[in-house]
Amino acid sequence: MTTILDTTIEELIENFEFLGDWEERFAYLIELGKKLPPLDETEMTDEHRVHGCQASVWLRMLPQTNGTFNIHADSDAFIVRGLIAVLLLIYNGKNAKQILGTDSTATFAQLGLDKHLSPTRRNGLHSMVSRVRALAGNSIVQTT
Amino acid sequence: MNQGSETTQEAMDWTKLRADFPILEQTVNGHPLVYLDNAASSQKPQVVINALRTHYERDNANVHRGIHELSNRATEAYEGARQRIAEYLNADSREEIIFTRGTTESLNLVAQTWGAENIGEGDTILLTEMEHHSNLVPWQLLVKRTGAKLEFIPVNGDDGTLDLSQLDEQLDRAKLLSFTHISNTMGSVNPATELCRRAREAGVITVVDAAQSAGHTRVDVREIGCDFLAFSGHKICGPTGIGVLYGQRELLNTMPPYQGGGEMITKVEYNESTFNEPPHKFEAGTPNVAGAAGLRTAIDYLDIIGREAIFEHDQRLAKRACEQLAEIDGIRLFGPSEGRSAVVSFVLPDAHALDLATMADQKGVALRAGHHCNQPLLAKLGVPATARASFYFYNTEAEVDRFIEVIHQVRKLFV
Repeated sequence: MTTILDTTIEELIENFEFLGDWEERFAYLIELGKKLPPLDETEMTDEHRVHGCQASVWLRMLPQTNGTFNIHADSDAFIVRGLIAVLLLIYNGKNAKQILGTDSTATFAQLGLDKHLSPTRRNGLHSMVSRVRALAGNSIVQTT
Repeated sequence: MNQGSETTQEAMDWTKLRADFPILEQTVNGHPLVYLDNAASSQKPQVVINALRTHYERDNANVHRGIHELSNRATEAYEGARQRIAEYLNADSREEIIFTRGTTESLNLVAQTWGAENIGEGDTILLTEMEHHSNLVPWQLLVKRTGAKLEFIPVNGDDGTLDLSQLDEQLDRAKLLSFTHISNTMGSVNPATELCRRAREAGVITVVDAAQSAGHTRVDVREIGCDFLAFSGHKICGPTGIGVLYGQRELLNTMPPYQGGGEMITKVEYNESTFNEPPHKFEAGTPNVAGAAGLRTAIDYLDIIGREAIFEHDQRLAKRACEQLAEIDGIRLFGPSEGRSAVVSFVLPDAHALDLATMADQKGVALRAGHHCNQPLLAKLGVPATARASFYFYNTEAEVDRFIEVIHQVRKLFV
């Protein structure tokens, strides 16, 4: 999945630093969002819907045989798709323990998203992170 | 100043009025601010800011019962504001003006007092399909408590007009009709006078949500012929946290209290109390005195400009925006083509409304995007969100053109 996006979180942080202003960074997020593989319409159900976002967001975590997760998520808004891409770069391909041990807030702060997203959009991002962590946490509860 | 005539436009230097609004003189994200979210909240002229400041610097005290100079001044400011608002709405008397926190509280007050006393099982409350959540949810709560039911006057579609073909039948079934004067999502101006006249003929009580109209056009409760009317201060250049409910005196006299506390009583014993007369009966606790003083100053300011002139200016800007937006291939533009207000809602074929508003903000243009507290209507129209530009008298033709220019620039990112 990370290869589909053709970049790493480190490269993303570098690119963000390189881009001069937030207009360009949002444009970059939009481009990143365009690369995100879309969810199938049949997956856009209430069960997978992440509430607390202004835009519509759906998110699934598919467990792999090696214990890691492939995250599939989509939104009807491109900037949100870009944020989902960032989320994927942070969490995709990790196992439950690694996901719960990853502090995404530090990465968001490095990207400046904590200051430059609107408060409602920040809440939306937080809802997505919470969903990823909750689904990872559930899998540990189920296997122990 | 000459009001409402053809010479108004020449006489009025709209651009000059901007100097009265310090907040407009700033850059946002490196660009001059173009504030087009006036349907959500308006900006405040310096005179209103000064009124709040003066109140706290010179006149602040509790109202009504104080026996000292400052309390007298605060009481005069508060009750003077009530008198001025009665004149602004052309109400019969100041006793018909209740201060609330805003339109939402005003509507909840009617639902919880008049509604509790008069609505019962099997009764019908008639609304329209374009109501703001604040004129829908209070009635849903009342319905849940009483076993009454809701019925809706349909919206015709994207043009945002009401389908009144079944109105007589709907009114025959209804006990109360509550509707928005101007739609915050569609920009349509509903025929308030006709709706209230026909409701009255059918013996139906009327409530008008004037949140989007009270500061934009003439709102005369006697001409409209409504029983109740609600609006907010912050949308008409006044402070936040102060609003108004107008209610016909005979109706107010029959209504039970809203909240209990000080101010709303005449005599209190341990086990029971007798209540004050309207409007005080509905204003428990220390009121928002500074807010009332600020609101009074705001309506003085609006009346100097003239609401007819403001409405003409609104319509000129909305028309200019709509004409240019209509040139975009595949755009879905909401609201009527004729006689619309200052609210312009639209959906682009390629860019999501939220993305559009985020990128416009990067260029200093403040738009609204989302469901505009109007989820059922957007669901009916089949759109998850619209982008909305809403104008006020301090907006200029140049700002409309800048908004259009930014829309064109931002769109390129999404194709």
